[in-house]
Amino acid sequence: CLKAIMPFGNTHNNFKLNYKVEEEFPDLSKHNNHMAKALTKEIYGKLRDKQTPSGYTLDDVIQTGVDNPGHPFIMTVGCVAGDEESYEVFKDLLDPIISDRHGGYKSTDKHKTDLNFENLKGGDDLDPNYVLSSRVRTGRSIKGYTLPPHNSRGERRAIEKLAVEALTSLDGEFKGKYYPLKSMTDAEQEQLISDHFLFDKPVSPLLTCAGMARDWPDARGIWHNDSKSFLVWVNEEDHLRVISMQKGGNMREVFRRFCVGLQKIEEIFKKHNHGFMWNEHLGYILTCPSNLGTGLRGGVHVKLPKLSTHAKFEEILTRLRLQKRGTGGVDTASVGGVFDISNADRLGSSEVEQVQLVVDGVKLMVEMEKKLEKGEAIDSMIPAQK
Amino acid sequence: MASSFSRILSSKRNVGILSLVGGSVAAGFLLHREQVTAGEPLRRRYPASAEYPDLRKHNNCMASNLTPAIYAKLCDKTTPNGYTLDQAIQTGVDNPGHPFIKTVGMVAGDEESYEVFADLLDPVIKERHNGYDPNTMKHPTDLDSSKLHSGNFDERYVLSSRVRTGRSIRGLSLPPACTRAERREVERVVVDALAGLKGDLAGRYYSLTQMTEKEQQQLIDDHFLFDKPVSPLLTCAGMARDWPDARGIWHNNEKTFLIWVNEEDHTRVISMEKGGNMKRVFERFCKGLKEVERLIQERGWEFMWNERLGYVLTCPSNLGTGLRAGVHVKLPLLAKDSRFSKILDNLRLQKRGTGGVDTAAVGGVFDISNLDRLGQSEVQLVQTVVDGVNYLIECEKRLEKGQDIKSGPA
Repeated sequence: CLKAIMPFGNTHNNFKLNYKVEEEFPDLSKHNNHMAKALTKEIYGKLRDKQTPSGYTLDDVIQTGVDNPGHPFIMTVGCVAGDEESYEVFKDLLDPIISDRHGGYKSTDKHKTDLNFENLKGGDDLDPNYVLSSRVRTGRSIKGYTLPPHNSRGERRAIEKLAVEALTSLDGEFKGKYYPLKSMTDAEQEQLISDHFLFDKPVSPLLTCAGMARDWPDARGIWHNDSKSFLVWVNEEDHLRVISMQKGGNMREVFRRFCVGLQKIEEIFKKHNHGFMWNEHLGYILTCPSNLGTGLRGGVHVKLPKLSTHAKFEEILTRLRLQKRGTGGVDTASVGGVFDISNADRLGSSEVEQVQLVVDGVKLMVEMEKKLEKGEAIDSMIPAQK
Repeated sequence: MASSFSRILSSKRNVGILSLVGGSVAAGFLLHREQVTAGEPLRRRYPASAEYPDLRKHNNCMASNLTPAIYAKLCDKTTPNGYTLDQAIQTGVDNPGHPFIKTVGMVAGDEESYEVFADLLDPVIKERHNGYDPNTMKHPTDLDSSKLHSGNFDERYVLSSRVRTGRSIRGLSLPPACTRAERREVERVVVDALAGLKGDLAGRYYSLTQMTEKEQQQLIDDHFLFDKPVSPLLTCAGMARDWPDARGIWHNNEKTFLIWVNEEDHTRVISMEKGGNMKRVFERFCKGLKEVERLIQERGWEFMWNERLGYVLTCPSNLGTGLRAGVHVKLPLLAKDSRFSKILDNLRLQKRGTGGVDTAAVGGVFDISNLDRLGQSEVQLVQTVVDGVNYLIECEKRLEKGQDIKSGPA
């Protein structure tokens, strides 16, 4: 049946079919991103007359990758989804990108979802002298709505309304409040900034070229619980970004709250006939293909001044399936030997498995740091590839 | 599914025939609004009231004129190429504006936008262009530079003279909406035509994607090179997509006639030189424009123009002549006089810093140019600048001698 289409995006899709593939194909000669690597003229020719039911086109998918050639060292994804169906309609392009980005994940592979926090072993005893804070985040998309690159104001507002209804019905440790970006008071804004909760209008061209900042700050907001340990961003880069965090090294507790909170929220959305976008091949469906699967980044801020200058630091991280960032998040530098260490994988392993890698890996690295402090060697501790 | 209107436009041969018959005027007749059919209507999921933007903190022409009723009427319409109202207004929704500076807040994605979304664009045009009503008024086009008089300024005050405008190629979508193939076609059509220029207009094209480091440095030193737009007014309208594909700069060997390809408009045409000979700058401007027009018509193309809106460009503020004629002029004493702004207002002139729009004046040197674009011809507007600048220089000379000045010419 004919569905409504979103009125923003690369319209002209039918008009441009008057031109040949060669005339429309983007110049990717200076590009270094997953999209540029995967997009051939053949694939472009095959997919360019297709649309998802909401009217999202191939040119919409790739615009951010055309506009942002990338970096010689950092390989960005270079494409986004506009709705759940994008991953189907444009699979000839997205499957190879997903495979390249997610360690060879095949189009026939199945993704395991495990949000049972009791399956996590340990995680409550990371040394707080080294592990300053612990955090787990993921994203969720609400089934039946188009995604941030594509949705109209009406759609985005409907998402906000449903999200706020669901979140404000939570109680107990999850009782909290929603702060819409466009109507928060100065005092509320100040408080959210000092809590490090407030998110800004995206400035990164990776996001703006994909249309995710349109109509800012309409229908965007932040919800958090009274104890400030569970936080949800509404309509930033995904419908929902869900964050559980606290000071210190009790990752187990952070993960428990994460799983319980997510499941409570999901129940409420299901009652409204709008569960989360999920399928057994790609797991949770999010805007950026890099966040498919669990969409989970579980990490700590940890003091590793000696280990971080060790020659084998990068190799240790790779073998542990972990990545490092500065304490400002992605694309920042570390300050005072404190690093943000988190899981590198998203798709092909479960939430429990990924958080387990963080817990075990960080524990090992703290022990290595202690050894180095005593002037001892750590070569025997270097693990095999996980 | 192309409307009959698009079919006519996409057949270049037919456009060529129309040009033989009567040039822009005949084709302009074709664009009379009753004859423009819109594209397929959008199927929308939400009613207009759920989609209407929140404009309470906004101060731009679009926000002042977009009522919920107009939004409801237009929100499911598309141009034949599929451009929508939401796309046209996106830049104004994303950029609330400034309490003191009123931006336009919307763009056109194609020529038909001005017809299909007339219910919004007409009041925006009226507000921006001092009451000009496209429904009832006609815009005069006059590129006969021989009519300009007194166009030689005192070079002790005027350091440089410049006239710029824009031109759009009929049948191809504008920068907010064009596809890569359309943009490349604009480049091809324009560069092909420019290669036919001769004499003092003969020159060369520098494509942004292919210029050498040396060429780039030279263009920077000449102050010719334009950058990828960073202003959110432009980026939110989609004008920087696919940068730098199909963008470039053409200039004549003497560096007095310059054309930007596929920046904010299909073409921006600039005539300039050091000193105060505005007459010669305007002569070259008119001659160059007419030559380029002749050359594209030979190949079956023409400029977007109609008798209600004049030359059709991306931003409604540039309709009509799209012309900004200006000088860099030293007015250090007048700059300190409290009547300066009022004098400029009376003369229908505006001041900018020497870096262009949104920059500050340095050393008492101002960029002075015409305020108006639509409703008066090119000759009239350049004459306004000539008369006005001559008056300003008069004022400066009087102030130098300690004499008093009046707020406007007698």
